[in-house]
This record gives sequence, structure tokens and C-alpha cells, in this order.
Amino acid sequence: MNERIKPIVMPKWGLSMSEGKVTGWLKPAGTKVGVGDEIVEVETDKIAGVVEANEAGTLRRVIGAPDTVYPVKALIGVIADDDVPDADIDAYVAEYATHAAEEGEAEEAGPRYEFVDTPAGRLRYAKRGDGEPNVLLIHGFGGDLDNWLFNIDALAEAGTVYALDLPGHGQSDKAVKQASLAGLSTAVTGFMDALGIGRAHLVGHSMGGAIAAQTALDHPERVASITLIGSAGLGEEINSGYTDGFVTATSRRDLKPVLEQLFHDPATVTRQLVDDLLKYKRLDGVDDALRSLSEALFAGGRQSTVLAEALKGADTPVLVVWGESDRVIPAAHAGALGERARAEVIGEAGHMVQMEKASRVNELLLAHLKA
Amino acid sequence: MARKISYKQAINEALDLEMRRDPTVIVLGEDIVGGAGAPGEIDAWGGVLGVTKGLHAKHGNRLMDTPLSESAYIGAAIGAAACGMRPVAELMFLDFMGVCFDQILNQAAKFKYMFGGKAKTPVVIRAMVGAGFRAAAQHSQMLTPMFTHVPGLKVVCPSNAYDAKGLLIQSIRDDDPVIFCEHKALYGSECDVPEESYAIPFGEANIVRDGKDVTIVSYGLTVHRALDAAEKLAKTGVQAEVIDLRTLSPIDWDTVIESVENTGRLVVVDEANPRCSIAGDVAAYVAQNAFGALKAAPQMVTAPHTPVPFSPVLEDLYIPSADAIAAAVNKTTARALAA
Repeated sequence: MNERIKPIVMPKWGLSMSEGKVTGWLKPAGTKVGVGDEIVEVETDKIAGVVEANEAGTLRRVIGAPDTVYPVKALIGVIADDDVPDADIDAYVAEYATHAAEEGEAEEAGPRYEFVDTPAGRLRYAKRGDGEPNVLLIHGFGGDLDNWLFNIDALAEAGTVYALDLPGHGQSDKAVKQASLAGLSTAVTGFMDALGIGRAHLVGHSMGGAIAAQTALDHPERVASITLIGSAGLGEEINSGYTDGFVTATSRRDLKPVLEQLFHDPATVTRQLVDDLLKYKRLDGVDDALRSLSEALFAGGRQSTVLAEALKGADTPVLVVWGESDRVIPAAHAGALGERARAEVIGEAGHMVQMEKASRVNELLLAHLKA
Repeated sequence: MARKISYKQAINEALDLEMRRDPTVIVLGEDIVGGAGAPGEIDAWGGVLGVTKGLHAKHGNRLMDTPLSESAYIGAAIGAAACGMRPVAELMFLDFMGVCFDQILNQAAKFKYMFGGKAKTPVVIRAMVGAGFRAAAQHSQMLTPMFTHVPGLKVVCPSNAYDAKGLLIQSIRDDDPVIFCEHKALYGSECDVPEESYAIPFGEANIVRDGKDVTIVSYGLTVHRALDAAEKLAKTGVQAEVIDLRTLSPIDWDTVIESVENTGRLVVVDEANPRCSIAGDVAAYVAQNAFGALKAAPQMVTAPHTPVPFSPVLEDLYIPSADAIAAAVNKTTARALAA
């Protein structure tokens, strides 16, 4: 096959994804594209997302038809330079084999989730990659490890990546023994102890960012660096309409507008995303966990703990990433550490910037991890 | 952690978890353990189709085999509920409600109202509903509308294992009498169900398929027929939204109305007989409250107004089929297509 011809394929966002629907092309055939350019919108039963170009060149073929479902890895487009003859591209398309059905792949990726017993309870986690350094991804309030769906595999090229469900979240035990930043930070170091992780780069989103920062302040020897994404702990403001709404919503109708505040593009919130979160929120113990955390961390619409000054006095390297249109924690907090940290504010992204602008966030993270 | 279990296992698991959580939860019914007073192996039966099997070993005498007298043990369950217990009574077939209807209609449903809100009656009466089991006219009826007609009763009819577990847990925790209708043809159906306890609130319908052209509303077994119909219709370019009501009292009018406001067309599918049915109720409510949104007359797909036939051929024709649902949808779209 001609190595100058690059395929665009139906992505695989998480092990449960076997197919996806092309919902629309953002670039017409013939357009020049650069790495990271958004090319085509794809929707799964879980989430709507955008496929970005992995290669620079011209979008020579648009194959995936809108509103049509394709298996993972099916060819939906072709990128090549202008001087590659059409005949070569046609031959490439004709020969392209869909290897979605290849059996070994799911096994090769290992089990999607594992569990470990820690002093903070039984915690679920995902692990990707191997070798040094260790990277630990910490989700935010009401989130779970799938918030890193678009990041965990990309980061695995740098080392061993872990993503955990915090106590009270995802499929971890629902009892939160210590509903405080210190308590959650202890849960994180307990998790590292249980898995024999001595030192790790902590990447935290929202409340998870504050946990990462707290851990770096309390145990600097165990934290190689921190990345704070749309992070709590850098200022007092927080959108109580979001936090209270998330805690109190019991129906799809109440929860959907709350979740829409998480994204720059509210259409990202599919019915399945809302249903999955409702299923989580209905589990016994979750309501208590969320209420106690909300009360401890952001009662009355103010964050109870601001770590910015303490972080300025610490040595741990810090990267700050924010979505410009974050409606949960204002992007102005990205500058809270001043010269102390590299701060990147990404346009057309909301609070879930690591999902909405995954390739940019992954690029920043990989550079930060290698620095 | 979620794994696949059947509708029947989900009900068993809900009973087990609630009995572990709350010592006032008791279970009583005919043959739910081993057959009242009969010699032989205890726990041999676990109910007529084995739904409660295994619970006696875990919870002992909190499960009670009753005499073959529905009026006696349904009355006992309601009385126990009025005195502080949370009984779950298994009535085998909803068809048998006739012999204990005073206890349900005039006692359980009225206590809270007639005692000025001071009395509560947290009883759950579980019973099988529906046709397709070759069990003839007295064991196959979908009598849900008889119970939705009575204020003071809550009426639940899950269509899948996830809902069965969460709705039964909610039924047990609820302080009002609940008629919990289990479709016998769904007992073997499996889906992902969390191991943990969870309660699904009453009065929240589930949108099981998104669509923009027509709203199909149903509950129980016929939700699956509606989904089959939606699949067929999609091939002809018609995108059907399918709503599973899940609970019939209370009923989630908002979700139905919002959907019809988007699609402009309504088809209601009900396995009950047509007169004064859930289908008629939903169609009337939408006609009264969203008339301006309707582009065509609402259609109802129900069982015919006959007893459930014993002839397998006729019984299969009795339950609303995917083809009949698709045909009803096509009636609502006919004018638009002709235009």
C-alpha cells in the first residue's frame, strides 16, 4: 500500500464501542487539513464526538455517509497530498480491509477495568501502557474514569497510565469515609500504596485537580508533577447551579440541562450519557456521597479550599489547562498561579475540555510529562 | 458492578437485597417456599415459576407459604403493612385479583385517605401478567387498567431486568400499596444490571429509542414489539421514538407530551383489552393537552376485545405485533407522505 495515503477510520472510544455513526463532515473533500483539525463528527450510543486529523494533507476522499453506522476501524475518509494520483487512492480504498472483526484485539487490550482493595474501600481502576513514569488520572465531582476515555490510550505511549474511580464514584465503593479534600487525597495515596505506585504524575480534572494539588502539597515526594484541568482549588468561584443541580436532579429532564453546562457544545450530551449518569446516581449510597462532598467542598456556591498560594510556594511542576467557555469553574482561574505554572486556555471547549479537545490536551500532557 | 442477569433473577435479587437491608420486609404467597404443609424438600418451588427460589435459605421464616386463599393472605399482607411491616405478597397471576379485590380496592387503597393521612400501607403485591404463555384465558390477562383506575394504588410494569430490580426496590421502599406486574414472557430476558441496590423513581418514563417522526408509547412486553416496529420503520425512513412508561400510576405525562410535541404523531401500544385501557388513557390525554401538536389522529394498537384464546395460533395474533404497530405508524404518516 502507498504509505503517502493515510486513512481516517471510525475511532474506538472505549472497549464497549463496536460501531459509530457518522453525523456530518466538518471539512468537504478537497480541503487542506492539519494535524488536530476537526474533520468529521461521530456519534456513539454513549457520546457524540469529533474525529481529528492525525496527519496533515488534503482530504482526498469522504467515504462515510452522514447518518450511517460503521464498525470501528472502518475506512470513512482518506488524507493524502495533492500529488498522489487519484488512481492510487481509489486502489487504496478498494483494498482497505476493515480489521474491526479481528478477535485478538479486545484480549490484547486486557480487561477494561480492575478492582483493588484500599483503606478507602474497593476502588475500580483502568490501567494502560507500561514502564516509567506512572501517570494517575483523577476525575472530578460526579465523574468516573471514563471521563478520560479520549486520553488514557494516548497517554499510555508515555508510560503506565492509571485512571481510578474515587470513593463514592463510578463503580468504586459508594461510602466516602472522609468527605473532604484531605480525605480524597488520602484515598488517592492509599490507592497508590495498594498498587505499589511510589511516585506518579497526577492529572486531575475539576475536583480531581484539587485532590492532585492537595496530594502534591502533602506528599511532594510521591508526586512528580501535577496537571490541573478545569480545576477546583484555584479560586473561590464555582457554579452552584451546576453542583447543586447535579446533586438534586433525579430525572432525565432535570439532569440534562445540568449536564449541558459541562460542554461547549451542549449537543454532546446524548440521551445515553444522561441515562448512564442517572443509573449511577440511583445506586444506594451515591446520593449521600455526593451531598456530603458537595457540602464539604463547595457549600453555598463557594469553594471551601483554595490552594493557589500554597502551590506558588511548592516545587512540584504544574501544568494548568482550561476550556475557554467553562461554565462550571471560570477559565479566569487558569491564571491563578501566575508565572509559577504553564497555563493553556483552549478555545471552543467547556469544563470537559479533556473530552472536547482531546488531542490538544493529550499533546500538552505528553509534552508536560516528557519535560 | 453490572453484569447480565434475567428479569426473573433481577426480581429475586431485589427481594434479597431489601430483605437484607430492612428487617420489616417479609415475603408471602402460595408455594413461594416449598408448598404449605407439604412433606418434602423445603425451597423446592420458589413460587410457581421459581422467582423466589433460594431466598428461604437466606432469610428463613421471613418467607411464608400461605394457604390457597388469596383473600386471606392478601388481607394478611395489607394488615401487616398497616401495622408496620413491609410485606411483599406474590399472587401468581394478576387474573386472580378478583377473589381478593375488596382487600385491595376498599382497604389498602383507602387507608391513607380515610385515616386523614395518618396511616400508611407499604405493601407490594407482585403478580404475573400477559399472554404468550399458552396458559389460556384465566392466566394470561393484562389487567393493568383495572388498577390504574383506583386512586391510592401505584401500578408498575417493567419491560426489562434493570427496571424490574430498581422498580421493585422502589416499590418496597414506597409507603403506598403497589401492584407490581411482571410479564411472564419477559422472565428469561437479560440485560446489564448492577450488583448494588438502586431505586428507580416512580413516574419517570424511559425513552428507549430516539426518533423525530412519531412517538410510540408502551409498557411491558410490547415495548419490545414497538422497538421491532421502529427498526422496520427506520428502513423505510420513518424515525420512531419509543417510550416505555415503566409505571402506569403515577404516569409520566410530561415525557409523553414533550415527545409528541416534537414528533406530532402518537401511537399507543397496550396488551390490555381496548376499552378503558392504558392506550385509551394516553391517547385521550394527548388529544386534550397537545392537540395543537398533532399532525394526525392518535392510533391505538391493543389486544382485541376478547378473552385471551387458548389456540396458540390465535394467541399469537392476540398480542400486538410489530407489523400491527408499524401499520398504525404508517396511518399517522400517510397524510404527510401523500402531501
